[in-house]
Amino acid sequence: MSVDERGTGSEAAPAGVVEAEPPAAGGPGGVGQPSRVRRTPLPLALLRNSWRQLTSMRTALILLFLLAVAAIPGSVLPQRNINIENVNRYAVEHPDLFPVLDRIGGFDVYASPWFSAIYVLLFTSLVGCIVPRLRDHVRALRAAPPPAPKRLDRLPQHAVLTDSDGDLAAIAAVLRKRRWRVVVRDDTVSAEKGFLKETGNLLFHFSLIGVLLGVGLGSWYGWHGNRLLVAGPDNAFCNNLQQYAESKLGHQVDGSDLPPFCLELTDFHAAFLPTGQPESFRATTLVEEDGAAPRRESFSVNDPLRLDGASVYLLGHGYAPILRYTDRNGEAQESDDAFLTIDGNLTSEGVAAFPDVNLDPATGARNPDLQVAFEGLYFPTTPDSPPFVRSTYPAERSPGVMLFAYRGNLGLDAGVPGSVYRLDQRQVSSGRLKQIGEGKLLRPGEKWTLDDGTSVEFLGTRKYITISVRYDPGERIVLISSVLLLVGLMPSLFGRRRRVWFRISPVPPDGVSPADPLSPAPAGATTTSRSSLVEVGGLPRTEYAGFADEFDRLVAATRPEGGRPDGARDDGAPEDGAPEDGARDDGTHPGRARSGGATEEGTD
Amino acid sequence: MAALSDQLLVVAILGYLLAMICHAVEYAFGTRSVIGRAAARPERERVLVGAGVGAAGGSAPVVGTKLPGVDVPTPAGGSRSPRAVLAGRAAVAFTVLGAVVHLAVLITRGIAAERMPWGNMYEYLLSVTFVGVVGWLVLLYRRPTLRHLGLFVALAMVLLLAVAGLVLYVPIVPLVPALDSYWFVVHVATIAVSSGILLLGAVPAVMYLLRHGYDQGKRSFPYSLGARVPAADTLERLTFRLHAFAFPLFTFAVMAGAVWAEAAWGRYWGWDPKEIWAFISWVVYAGYLHARATPSVKRPVATWIAVLGFLTMQMNLYGVNIFFEGLHSYGGLD
Ligand code: HEM
Repeated sequence: MSVDERGTGSEAAPAGVVEAEPPAAGGPGGVGQPSRVRRTPLPLALLRNSWRQLTSMRTALILLFLLAVAAIPGSVLPQRNINIENVNRYAVEHPDLFPVLDRIGGFDVYASPWFSAIYVLLFTSLVGCIVPRLRDHVRALRAAPPPAPKRLDRLPQHAVLTDSDGDLAAIAAVLRKRRWRVVVRDDTVSAEKGFLKETGNLLFHFSLIGVLLGVGLGSWYGWHGNRLLVAGPDNAFCNNLQQYAESKLGHQVDGSDLPPFCLELTDFHAAFLPTGQPESFRATTLVEEDGAAPRRESFSVNDPLRLDGASVYLLGHGYAPILRYTDRNGEAQESDDAFLTIDGNLTSEGVAAFPDVNLDPATGARNPDLQVAFEGLYFPTTPDSPPFVRSTYPAERSPGVMLFAYRGNLGLDAGVPGSVYRLDQRQVSSGRLKQIGEGKLLRPGEKWTLDDGTSVEFLGTRKYITISVRYDPGERIVLISSVLLLVGLMPSLFGRRRRVWFRISPVPPDGVSPADPLSPAPAGATTTSRSSLVEVGGLPRTEYAGFADEFDRLVAATRPEGGRPDGARDDGAPEDGAPEDGARDDGTHPGRARSGGATEEGTD
Repeated sequence: MAALSDQLLVVAILGYLLAMICHAVEYAFGTRSVIGRAAARPERERVLVGAGVGAAGGSAPVVGTKLPGVDVPTPAGGSRSPRAVLAGRAAVAFTVLGAVVHLAVLITRGIAAERMPWGNMYEYLLSVTFVGVVGWLVLLYRRPTLRHLGLFVALAMVLLLAVAGLVLYVPIVPLVPALDSYWFVVHVATIAVSSGILLLGAVPAVMYLLRHGYDQGKRSFPYSLGARVPAADTLERLTFRLHAFAFPLFTFAVMAGAVWAEAAWGRYWGWDPKEIWAFISWVVYAGYLHARATPSVKRPVATWIAVLGFLTMQMNLYGVNIFFEGLHSYGGLD
């Protein structure tokens, strides 16, 4: 990675690395440019300094950690947007703690000001970091590889070719063929490779911004609604807000934006294992879109129904018992309200309410004291013997419904919205709604005649499903950005920037033999019979363990006869090489010599 | 088949246990200097061998390559105890055996369940550890001098498989419908592989920290272990490479999970506890990669971040399934 010793402004070690060192105490702005600093007004200098701080790698690191830490409470505390009931339960269980935690956003962590502040800062830092990098990178892509340093023998890789014919053009051709960027200057060839690393890095970081934008777009322009859908044409629904039990629209969406479609559940199939574990689900529906003829569509978990402008997801399922109540006037009414499942064997509980029964035969007026309701438990597989409280299997092997009858005022007119799955307990406790007799278990087709001669009959069940209807316009952007992110990540992590130089000397350079003990005198350099001598130097600019191998292969390939076959030392994937690291360790401090010229390469 | 799978698990644990014992024997008999030298030098030796061949075979055209001296590579020079060598070889053999049986556990389990063996925490942990051990063997093949880390690898395997067998075990059941998806297979397979490699990556990370502390003169207990592990540099690079390899894979795995979540639950990201902790791990590992790429951050600090990332992964693996309620809580532990 950033083993870039010098950062010629083209890669690594820019902003982040340099500015990570805090400026000298009190000294605003960069230490290296005192004259400019003096001319800058203080507020501006402060501003610039803060900006530098913000876009430094150190700040990015801190923000990353803050982000990780800030995400933790969301997994410990229940979250409103995930499960509001758990939040309510928490409020009941921790009456003291709840208000405090709630005030600081503990139950909406990912929408809380502090969480948002962290990622906004992080992304600001990100933009501040990568925009200059992009500029530098574009510049580097256009620039020619830098001239050769004076002392090639000081570079981490160095070789002297004694049998070369000194054809620089041929060498350049070999390099070009291997996709190096090459420039020939007088007696040297400069070549550079591995720009893909920085390209990938930039792509990766810009994709992060794309992901964030996609998420934002989704939350502004997306919407979703959840509801329960009982089978049968009478229970079909058309897409509008009133039809949802629970819905949420993005900031930029209003109810009239919802795409028009209607949905009817015609069939639901569930298969279970003998243990009762569900095996597969499939819902079949009739869909009517944009006034087109209804078409049959089926969907299941993991396989949503894709409509124009929304998708329908299957979340759950259950049974809605069909009950027929025949009142004192002999009028019969049917109810097929869904009963909510309360366990894995699909024991379900619910209410069938008949507010408009036992009307005055003369006037047709409601008699508020003769309304009827049944509270019940439904068992798809009824236990063989009492107590009848739990189903023993989720499929309908021996259905039965345990009913408790009530007569009186249901309290529906009071205007207090109550649960449709429970009776209004206030009416019961006040005595306005009285239980009639004991509970009774009904099998399909069985009828229960109440004390006043009216009767209730259990006709069977309809299936119901719970669905979520969703639209998220940001999804595609997030997906594309994620793919690009991944594409960029690979070269960013595995790419290697490196440079090589070839220099021709007409005579064997006696002066090559350096004092540096790590670089022994090129034995044989003086015993050559050729007149030209090619000196080669290589510099990995990022940590690159296999560079020595590549360098040798490259050198061999540029020899006129082709040299020893490629890969003589290529015994597998590149290994970590000590030599390069040594180079790093005795190299300059990253970023210190940012503006230095290429000729200083490796001369520290 | 199911019963066979369960029995094989015991065999696999035994294999790893024996490997651990042999490693411990090697560790006890091996002399510091030998290990230290052999471990610190592998690359250089290889390169030297290569250079030698090159020079001999090619009339020495390439000269002056910056490599130290011309000493003849002596991979196991010095006073190496034959008993230690034998124990070390046996340890590797037992590890291979353990891994083979381990694979058999997974295959028989998969056959018995008629699906990929990734349906619950028990199976998942078996898969992750298998990836870990294969990764280890590959590493060992390419870098035999790292063998001493095997003690810790074998220890981790024994502990994890024991946890799997004793705590997490559940009888075979088919997947619930929510898990019946191609994306699930892709997601879990890649998560398992990347977790396995990250798991493996934590070994050199911890070793590096020990070794680094030791090199700094710390001699108290955990650091004293650092005396016998490979050179700090080698460990640090290994740590990085394992993480650099696993990170994109982990990234992809999280994305595959998001695609699957979109199909299953209607949203690609919903801050479910599992998702939260994947996010946390991802951010921490991104932090590690950043820290390592920043020269102003010291390598031990960066490595601590990697260890932290490992802890968050463990939190996700066990903690989330056990402590939190969420859509991913299919561990079968209720
Ligand atoms: C939104 C949060 C961020 C994430 C998840 C992230 C992730 C990553 C990852 C995974 C890498 C590894 C690729 C590599 O090492 O080559 C990376 C590299 C890098 N990131 Fe970030 N990054 C984030 C924000 C930032 C910010 C704010 C900055 C600027 C201060 C930044 C600067 C860099 C640099 C300079 C590298 C390249 C290091 C090198 O190889 O030289 N990143 N980033």
